[in-house]
Amino acid sequence: MDLAFQSLAMVSDLLSTGDITSVELTEVCLSQINSSESQVNAFITISSDLAMQQATNADIAWQEWINGKSDQKPSPLNGVPLAIKDVICVSDIVATAGSKILEEFVPPYDSTASERLRDAGAIFLGKTNTDEFAMGSSTENSAFGPTHNPWDINRVPGGSSGGSAAAVSAGMIFGALGTDTGGSVRQPAAMCGVVGLKPTYGRVSRYGLIAFGSSLDQIGTLTRTVEDAALLLQVISGPDLKDSTTLQNKPPNYLEMLSKTDNLMGIRIGVEEKNIMGSLQPEVEKSVQDTIKTLRHLGAEIVPVQLPHTKHALEAYYLIANAEASANLARYDGIRFGQRQTGKNLWETYINTRSKGFGKEVKRRIMLGTYALTAGYYEDYYLNAQKVRRLVQKDFVQAFSKVDTIVGPVTPTTAFKIGEKIEDPLQMYLSDIFTLSGNLAGIPGISIPCGFDQSGLPIGVQLLGPTCGEQQLLTIAHIYQQATDWHKHIPRLEH
Amino acid sequence: MSYEAIIGLEAHVELNTNSKMFCSCRVVDSTTSEPNCHVCPVCAGMPGALPSINKRAVEIGILVSLALNCKIEDVSVFARKNYFYPDLPKGYQISQYEKPLASNGYINIGDDHNTSKIHIRRVHLEEDTGKLVHTNDGEKPRGVSLIDLNRAGVPLLEIVSEPDIRSPLEAVNYAKELHSVLTYLEVNSGDMEKGVLRFEANVSVRATGSKHLNTRREIKNLNSFKALQRSIEYEIKQQVTAYKSNETILQETLGWDESNGKTIFQRSKEHSHDYRYFPEPDLPPLIVNDNWKNSILSTMPQLPHTKRAHFLSLGLTDYDARVLASQRKIAEYFELAVKLGSDKNPPVLPKPIANWITTHLFSIINEAGKSIDQIDLPQIHLVSLINLVHSGRTNASSAKLVLREMCKTGESPEIIVAQLGLQQTNDQVTITKTVDKVLANNPDQVTNLLDGKDSIFNWFFGQVMQAMDGKSNPDLVRTTLQDAIKKASYNRGTE
Ligand SMILES: [Zn+2]
Repeated sequence: MDLAFQSLAMVSDLLSTGDITSVELTEVCLSQINSSESQVNAFITISSDLAMQQATNADIAWQEWINGKSDQKPSPLNGVPLAIKDVICVSDIVATAGSKILEEFVPPYDSTASERLRDAGAIFLGKTNTDEFAMGSSTENSAFGPTHNPWDINRVPGGSSGGSAAAVSAGMIFGALGTDTGGSVRQPAAMCGVVGLKPTYGRVSRYGLIAFGSSLDQIGTLTRTVEDAALLLQVISGPDLKDSTTLQNKPPNYLEMLSKTDNLMGIRIGVEEKNIMGSLQPEVEKSVQDTIKTLRHLGAEIVPVQLPHTKHALEAYYLIANAEASANLARYDGIRFGQRQTGKNLWETYINTRSKGFGKEVKRRIMLGTYALTAGYYEDYYLNAQKVRRLVQKDFVQAFSKVDTIVGPVTPTTAFKIGEKIEDPLQMYLSDIFTLSGNLAGIPGISIPCGFDQSGLPIGVQLLGPTCGEQQLLTIAHIYQQATDWHKHIPRLEH
Repeated sequence: MSYEAIIGLEAHVELNTNSKMFCSCRVVDSTTSEPNCHVCPVCAGMPGALPSINKRAVEIGILVSLALNCKIEDVSVFARKNYFYPDLPKGYQISQYEKPLASNGYINIGDDHNTSKIHIRRVHLEEDTGKLVHTNDGEKPRGVSLIDLNRAGVPLLEIVSEPDIRSPLEAVNYAKELHSVLTYLEVNSGDMEKGVLRFEANVSVRATGSKHLNTRREIKNLNSFKALQRSIEYEIKQQVTAYKSNETILQETLGWDESNGKTIFQRSKEHSHDYRYFPEPDLPPLIVNDNWKNSILSTMPQLPHTKRAHFLSLGLTDYDARVLASQRKIAEYFELAVKLGSDKNPPVLPKPIANWITTHLFSIINEAGKSIDQIDLPQIHLVSLINLVHSGRTNASSAKLVLREMCKTGESPEIIVAQLGLQQTNDQVTITKTVDKVLANNPDQVTNLLDGKDSIFNWFFGQVMQAMDGKSNPDLVRTTLQDAIKKASYNRGTE
């Protein structure tokens, strides 16, 4: 059995019975990284020493449980190697956010999500590559080089959580945290053939997540199966005093409903009557149609829905995200942390530090965002974008009064070639066209593998749910995965 | 042509909460504490750190707003005020902009004969910045600047008046009233030299009677009543001179140079910041419901103007009422003394109590450089002392000495009077004897007096008092002396 490509749930079972140890699992991951990382570049930092130390502790915890010395069963994540996107702070490990400006920044604190994983006994194997400050859809905007898609190393893995998606896809890790501001978990999941879950805004604390668009950012998971996503979400979700925007209600048990039934009787699935943005790659369109058929065969009722305002979502999204980013990134001034490029005076130091420290896309977005907030433009841009946002939210509320989930494509195309869109920001932005309305509305969405194109590149399908609808969303996706095997395909990297 | 000044004041009030506005760091005296010892990821603006609202600071904000007769908004919104400066860790200050905590209040200033109502435009919460410390470093030609973030994130309340103020004196009276309210509420130490209460003045002038508002200039960072008064006086003069010589006033921001008594140009309107305010996405709107508001209202102490009115009704002079009401500790000291005085038989009235406090006690306190609660003088001792004087058991000049001793030792006046042998002689026989003796020893002066040199009477009075070591009851000495002289005059007439 090739352990490297097993599901998190499976290896967790093996750990709990003592059939394998966490040290062994960690070594499996490290050896997989060793053989594939030079081609994939999924990681910015590999923390093997910390991982081995955590694995040793995790093994002790399992041993005590197995030998009856402890009545406290360890968490299913105890001893499971995970990776964390490098925009999420893990105490004492460099957090670059994919930027030169934070190249040497070591946070002295854990994010709430990583703290909860740490408490559950998870193993931190490393920090994954990302577009600089999560700004991008291909992981090409990283100061540490692009990540390559394990299905075709000449192609992008999607982004911005491309490192996390590629690491899971290439069998380097059993699960990873990503962040999703406009599709940055779901889109790379689709392009790498893995499961990407973006929870409801506020379901997972953002404390310690290096902010991009604060009202849109949400930590999500990249895993091989839907069940694995549920296992991770269970641990990282829930209210947090350190993040005032977390939802105050306690999360339900995401796992208990998963296997209650194997069909979708009584489930109403919404399908948008026509996707306004048209130009879908035909294979993507076909795979999504096939998925809808499969869901109907599983007993679901297909209901047409309208989301009339999502046609303005892209513009609204980029105005809001960039406006927030322009303020969020003001702290990178070279004064307290990160790189400083000293100038003749204070203003020159600011200018040098930020000119040299930030990449092109980040500068572009800071400028756009600053412009949108400038006196005289604020009403036209920022306030109008907020109005559109409310209309998009309303569209979804109305749609979810009729259906349980809305099914559609994740991304217009499968993974594109490295360099293909990097000089054309608008084309690049369009790759998030189906995901970002979910961020504007704050609703949960999941991307699951549903096919391959003619070049053998994975295709994903997106299921969106109402606010706090993760439990049902995961259940529907899980039932689909039980009936299909798209998620079981693994890429063949040539060594 | 005569001119009138149009003045509006902004007050920045540090709130003496235990912890900072958005994190749990302690609020310390930033003028004395070791730099950067009360700093955490949140107030240092570290990547990924998020603010959470200090509820106590909000309660204090509401309490002050209620004391200023403001309308508390049901929903207020925190906003980001964006600008770069090394003492501002995040590159933005969290403040309130479009929707402040409270608005539309007023306070009355002046005395009973001449009050003016100064309207409060708005009251909002924000966080303070850190401090820059400029030092001389031999290596660097212009020295170095160090940053102390202890003050960064300390809760600040900004109170903005309408331009209702018409003179420098009125500005000071407004500022003093505000100072008094804040110290009454015990939300601010009132130590202006430590910068815990800072003012900014907006000043313009116009032809008296005109309705037109001319260009205003803003004087920043006024840290004393004196600076407030002098800078406004100076600025009014500058503007009047300019108008008289047909110069235009430009909208500018000025500083105040206390040692030279001049304003200093800081920046013009063209260079004024565009703060690019937008709602803070990391904090939900602040909701204040009636229950919360009412429970805060129930903790409202009596305010200075109420105390003042009460003191006037006790028969105090306007001056005494004002002085005694100016500080809560003094007012409460006086009130308890009045209560204890009324229990005495015969009662000690408020007026002499006020007199003793504002003259003798204040001079002792001022000499010692202490405040009233640092003096070991229970009110009952003060009242007893006044009682001793009234009942003639000690005289007024001895009593001043006794008061000093009481403050030093904490003993009751009876004990000190006995210890110092300052009991007053009311013994008529002894007084009569002494008077007779003094008259007998100075026959020439008696003759002069009887010849019409009335001023000799006071000389005799002094001689008798001196002969009795100043301990005799002066009233008794006076009447005895008068009687004796009348007798002598009668005797001379019958000779
Ligand atoms: Zn702090």
